[in-house]
Amino acid sequence: MSEEVLQQASPGLIPGSGTARAAKPTRLSPSFISWLQAGPMMLVFLAFFLIPLVFVVIVSFWDYNEYQLLPAFSGRGYTDTFEGCLAQLPDLCTIGKTYLKTLKLCFMVWAITLFIGFWVAYFLAFHVKSKTWQMGLSLLCTIPFWTSNVIRMIAWIPLLGRNGLVNSGLVKTGLINHPLEWLLFSEFSVVLALVHLFTFFMVVPIFNSMIRIDKSLIEAAYDAGATGFQTLVNVIIPLAKPGIVIGSIFVITIVMGDFITIGVMGGQQIAAAGKIIETRVNALQFPAAAANAVILLVITFLIITMMSRIVDIKKEL
Amino acid sequence: MKEGRPRSFYVLAIFFAAYVLFLYGPMIAIYVLSFQGPQGGLTFPMNGVSTFWIAKLFQGTGIVDLGAAFRRSLLLGVIVMIVTVVLSVAAGMAFRRKFKAQSILFYSAIASLIVPSIITSLGISLEFRIIDDLIKAHWNENFETSMGLLTSGLGAHLTWTLPFGLLIMFAIFNRFDPRLEEAARDLGATPWQTFRHVVLPIILPSVIGIGLFGFTLSWDELARSSQAIGAVNTLPLDLQGLTTTVTNPDIYALGTVISAVSFTVITLALGTIHVLNKRQAAKGSDAGQGLV
Repeated sequence: MSEEVLQQASPGLIPGSGTARAAKPTRLSPSFISWLQAGPMMLVFLAFFLIPLVFVVIVSFWDYNEYQLLPAFSGRGYTDTFEGCLAQLPDLCTIGKTYLKTLKLCFMVWAITLFIGFWVAYFLAFHVKSKTWQMGLSLLCTIPFWTSNVIRMIAWIPLLGRNGLVNSGLVKTGLINHPLEWLLFSEFSVVLALVHLFTFFMVVPIFNSMIRIDKSLIEAAYDAGATGFQTLVNVIIPLAKPGIVIGSIFVITIVMGDFITIGVMGGQQIAAAGKIIETRVNALQFPAAAANAVILLVITFLIITMMSRIVDIKKEL
Repeated sequence: MKEGRPRSFYVLAIFFAAYVLFLYGPMIAIYVLSFQGPQGGLTFPMNGVSTFWIAKLFQGTGIVDLGAAFRRSLLLGVIVMIVTVVLSVAAGMAFRRKFKAQSILFYSAIASLIVPSIITSLGISLEFRIIDDLIKAHWNENFETSMGLLTSGLGAHLTWTLPFGLLIMFAIFNRFDPRLEEAARDLGATPWQTFRHVVLPIILPSVIGIGLFGFTLSWDELARSSQAIGAVNTLPLDLQGLTTTVTNPDIYALGTVISAVSFTVITLALGTIHVLNKRQAAKGSDAGQGLV
């Protein structure tokens, strides 16, 4: 609007503007421009995310034999997966045990990353006063995220292995006589590596929530006589809740679907929801793999829905 | 340190330092171990210091054809970076107006970020298998496969990098002053001129950040590549394959070389961002500081 008014009021005041307008007699409509801008990304998600998800669901209802997919309706992918589940009741069948194990891993990793992530974010947001330091220290936490996950897993081998630093240190000090076997290729090392890799996903959203908290609210709490603990529980945690929920969603979905960390750090011996899919694919049983993917997707979706009841994600980004 | 820091500061500072040590300690250990002597093993102590294992990698006498995997990963990383930057900036601009399908795109990006990678990867591989079967059945019986590094592989990586790109664009435009564009328009700039000479220079540091995410996430990507990359392997896939078989420090040497590329890219990107920010601070106008 304003440019037109200006044009009329004093044509020639802004050289070039007249020609620029004259050169473009037909203007593209704003909604068409939006489509041009957002369309390519939408197409990528359509071709490589949404349609593939549809195929996962469709193929999960296909039949299969030893070496190929048979495009005919069959529930075999699911019945094979839940084989023996009813017969074995009240004992859990393989798939039930695997999911229980995955959920257990998930819960442990979630609890630990939440604890570490919360206090790291708290330190960065409330104790580091200078903006430069805040940037520098946040960067220090971010850089490992830009390096390889596999390398960060392998990195534990020289520390936790049978002859690794931890074991040789403990033996030398006489605390133990024999090297501890459970340090590497065990549930312990899986949890350790997952925490190592993914605490970052907790730190960032919690930090983002905390940095938006108005500092005067905290001062007001102190002035009103709240102790440090009361301020934490009644002011900071409620206001940081969106970040906590978003971070939790990230960590939980990553661990639920993980098969690489659990494979490498568990010495390929620990069963998990993601690993079932990988095993089925390697056996070329695609419908069974797809059925497991659908089950995993449904469970992950349920967890996210439960968590996002607590907070409106879209508002927070 | 100033006086008057509460005791919690020191407790948390120690906690933070321990976290940083936890993050970096193991990585540093394998960088050091990749310089083992020729007789050295997988763990400390060092058995001499040499570049034996790193040299062995480059001679190609070692484990797999790393040269080819290296070039493939680099090519894919650069393409993913460029596509991520262009599509994210474009889509980010679109989000500044309301448009139909806005929330569909937003939720697709978020879902793509949090749906477990193995499911996306499996889906892409099924999609391409079915396309292959269709081509074989209807057009060309001798058709091999449409899966590959720059088809299914590229797509798989983009489902991981684009959400980050889009979220960074949201963060940029959350604190972008639209009056700068209005001013440009008032001075008669075309929409393209406004973008090219006003918006882009201001957001450039963050756009480089998007490129940094694009390249490094692709360079290290594993879970989504696993089913969707086709017949060839990228560097991280080769590295993962080695974890179960290798008993000498080549694996650390490979890890160190891969990390060296990551750190070079990180340093270049952060250095450029720093220089751009300094230039903005030095030459920037007083726009937004109030009317004169």
